[in-house]
Amino acid sequence: MKINIKYFAALREQANKSEEIIDTTYSTPGDIYTELKSKYNFSLNVDELKVAVNDCYEDFDYELKEMDTIVFIPPVAGG
Amino acid sequence: MFEISSSSIEEYKSKSFVTPECGGVVTFEGRVRNHNEGQTVESLEYEAYSGLALKEGEKILEQVREKFDILDAFCVHRVGHLQIGDLAVWIIATSKHRREAFRACEFIIDEVKKTVPIWKKEHYADKSIDSKWVFCTEEHHH
Repeated sequence: MKINIKYFAALREQANKSEEIIDTTYSTPGDIYTELKSKYNFSLNVDELKVAVNDCYEDFDYELKEMDTIVFIPPVAGG
Repeated sequence: MFEISSSSIEEYKSKSFVTPECGGVVTFEGRVRNHNEGQTVESLEYEAYSGLALKEGEKILEQVREKFDILDAFCVHRVGHLQIGDLAVWIIATSKHRREAFRACEFIIDEVKKTVPIWKKEHYADKSIDSKWVFCTEEHHH
């Protein structure tokens, strides 16, 4: 299944890209983060993140569909 | 309305939100400070996930209208590389009586810091310290 991933802040820097399409056998954001964490050596653990699918906050066990867009959200710091 | 801007937001301060029934106007300016946790900060980089940030920002403004007896509320947040003293966030709340506007303004900034996907990276005067993405851990887990 193809999934679009967008990266922001610390994750963007560690992945060294702001967006990519991955082909994965996993179907939840949680499993995909584990896969990407080992690929890019992300410093943040999954329990430090939130996740958005198609611009809505979702759970890490959300069932993804082909070409969904995922954003893993590091701790926010606006203001 | 909630907005994100990649250029200066100073001009928002001259926008008029005042109507004849308005008795109290409270504004908040969040500016880039020259220090944080014992370090001299030289500049700040703000980054937003706009697609979600705008939705979450609007949600906060809806909540504030339900919670407080206000007439209007508006918030704009800057993104990009900001220097010391630059305006990073500007909020206005208007109401018939002052108390509701004060409360609404504080509620908006507190919630923006908690739920809107905006990040900031601090650059330090001491170049031996790496720039880093900062956050308040306890606010992310609520």
